[in-house]
Amino acid sequence: MTPYNPFNRNFGTGTRTKAVRPDMKWHELTRAGNIYEPGNANTYETGDWRSIRPVWNKERCIHCLMCWRYCPDASVIAKGGKFETFDYKHCKGCGICAKVCPVNAIDMVPEDEIKKVKEANKDEE
Amino acid sequence: MAKVLEIRWHARGGQGAKTAALMLAESVAEMGKYVQGFPEYGPERMGAPIQAFNRISDEPIYIHSNVINPNIVIVLDPTLIGKANVTEGVPEDGIYIINTTKTPAEVREMLGIKSGKIYTLDANQISLETIGRAIPNTPMMGAFIRATGIIPFDQFMTHMREQLSKKFKSKPEVIEGNLKAIERAYREVNAE
Amino acid sequence: MKSKVALTGNEAVAQAMKQINPDVVAAYPITPQTEIVQIFSSFVANGEVDTEFVAVESEHSAMSAAIGAAAGGARAMTATSSQGLALMFEVVYIAASMRLPIVFPVVNRALSGPINIHCDHSDAMGLRDSGVIQLFSENAQEAYDNMIQAVRIAEHSDVRLPVMVNMDGFITSHAMDVLEVLDDETVRNFVGTYVPEDYLLDAENPISIGNFDMYDFYFEHKRQQVEAMKAAKEVIREIGKEFGRISGREYGLIESYKLDDADVAVVVLNSAAGTAKGVADELRANGVKAGVLKPRVYRPFPQDEIREALKGVKAVAVLDRAETFSTCGGPIFADIRNVLYDLKNDIKVVNYVYGLGGRDLRLEHVAQVFEELENIRKTGRVDETVKYLGLRE
Ligand code: SF4
Ligand code: SF4
Repeated sequence: MTPYNPFNRNFGTGTRTKAVRPDMKWHELTRAGNIYEPGNANTYETGDWRSIRPVWNKERCIHCLMCWRYCPDASVIAKGGKFETFDYKHCKGCGICAKVCPVNAIDMVPEDEIKKVKEANKDEE
Repeated sequence: MAKVLEIRWHARGGQGAKTAALMLAESVAEMGKYVQGFPEYGPERMGAPIQAFNRISDEPIYIHSNVINPNIVIVLDPTLIGKANVTEGVPEDGIYIINTTKTPAEVREMLGIKSGKIYTLDANQISLETIGRAIPNTPMMGAFIRATGIIPFDQFMTHMREQLSKKFKSKPEVIEGNLKAIERAYREVNAE
Repeated sequence: MKSKVALTGNEAVAQAMKQINPDVVAAYPITPQTEIVQIFSSFVANGEVDTEFVAVESEHSAMSAAIGAAAGGARAMTATSSQGLALMFEVVYIAASMRLPIVFPVVNRALSGPINIHCDHSDAMGLRDSGVIQLFSENAQEAYDNMIQAVRIAEHSDVRLPVMVNMDGFITSHAMDVLEVLDDETVRNFVGTYVPEDYLLDAENPISIGNFDMYDFYFEHKRQQVEAMKAAKEVIREIGKEFGRISGREYGLIESYKLDDADVAVVVLNSAAGTAKGVADELRANGVKAGVLKPRVYRPFPQDEIREALKGVKAVAVLDRAETFSTCGGPIFADIRNVLYDLKNDIKVVNYVYGLGGRDLRLEHVAQVFEELENIRKTGRVDETVKYLGLRE
């Protein structure tokens, strides 16, 4: 059987570039907008969609990792089977982690307040 | 354009006119001729008058219109005479091949035509006696070969045997019955 | 090795599919489906092909399943007709924009209403702007040949688009015709083994396809589709030549019949082109310089070839088997007139809508068209630009 041999010319109908930039021309973009870089959601920071943020209470946490399992944005970071921190670059503030936490170790705090606290801290310095 | 022979079949839905037109096309094609075979397009209803068509030529056939002026008319069901317009568009030298117990002279009277050639045969009786059921389509092909002489009869029979063998692999008695029906029709057809 | 056989158009296309032996065929098995799928499914049942046959609940799902299969890396096909194509409409655009090489025969039949099941090009014309390649077939032979070439055209790396192979409902699909079929091995070698470029089941190279585009990218990706259509013309030509070498039947974008010295010409798709050729032959015997142009490819539109073929003609009639309801003629008419505008000469172009809902196109209808073209040529006057052929008026 003869293997299929396309003519191997490039009519500019698509590259396999990984880094798609908004200023790219039509013939520089991947064909049909295919995405060749897996896991690239990491570069898309959704953290600024958040209006309330989860805040972890170290004393109450029993490290059951329910929050880690339920977070739809993989924004709960665990290490060695223990709660480590939130990934605020991607956390959208949906509050699911706070809801599923069996010991109320997560508080949802409005970003405004966080800002105020931060500014207050700055003033103190 | 080369001369194209055009055929119109008249039958009732369920009598196998479409099958006959396609089988005729297949065997004539195997003889190296160019051919078309097509039914009257539409839903097929048991018992309703239907038509089927063939075109046969020695050269490729371009035309895809309906057959309007058939050189040959084949009537599978005698009760259609007077109901379907069997003579419509048929030229003076047209050929009629009719399944009936009547004589060609009687049919000519019924059709009300003076010119043209009429062939009659009792295809129902022939198929009853050879195949065991009243399916007149195969005997009509025998009559067609007799009336037109477009293929030598022996060759036609060889091709029909091949075709029927493909179609009825598991029923050899059907093959023999059909072949006998064609042969009897070829011999028994009356002409005027 | 080639052999001459008598087959209906449906049988011929099913035969081509059998020889292509696609990985997946997804189809809706009930009316308005054609015999193509029924015959093909018997090949599947008898183990004559390796195809995975997916019987789905609608044509919308048929094309969706074909998309899934093609995206997964399979050589995928579907088939439909009339209302089925209409129901498939939405998903055909998606197949095209995802650049999936799905091949699908379409038996051209009318769209309801009134309810009608007969030959008409309205179904295919509804999808002329969907981004799929549209091939048209005059008879069973061309339908068979187009199917085999369609696979190569669709899968070509410069193209990567779905290909719709059209043939006339009943007139071609249900009529027995004599054609030459190639032997299995020749077809197998011609279509080759499908090597998908990007596919979802490639675990080594995970990709994401069918993605969301905002106003910042959609336009660019549509422009890419135009480029693929442009490239398709060259690819169709080359594959048509290559097909000629294995079959003795070479194909281009159009068929130009006796146009070299023609004064008057008819442009028409599918089976009616054969009837028009027959009439042109007869008229030529009586001294009328008549010719016929049959676009084999309607999308992409072969404007250069058509302009070249018609440049010496004085009067042209475009026959459309579909209405646009624009009140200024059928779809092919608009395209042809557009193309001829660039010639800047005095070529007269008129339109005849014919054959809607299976109305028979008779020899005398075509003869009437040529006669009217001769009148236009002689007088230089066009009374009516758009007319109806075979209509009771
Ligand atoms: S608020 Fe929502 S997104 Fe953020 S960490 Fe909790 S579950 Fe995840
Ligand atoms: S769900 Fe609550 S208790 Fe469990 S790990 Fe998360 S924060 Fe700690």
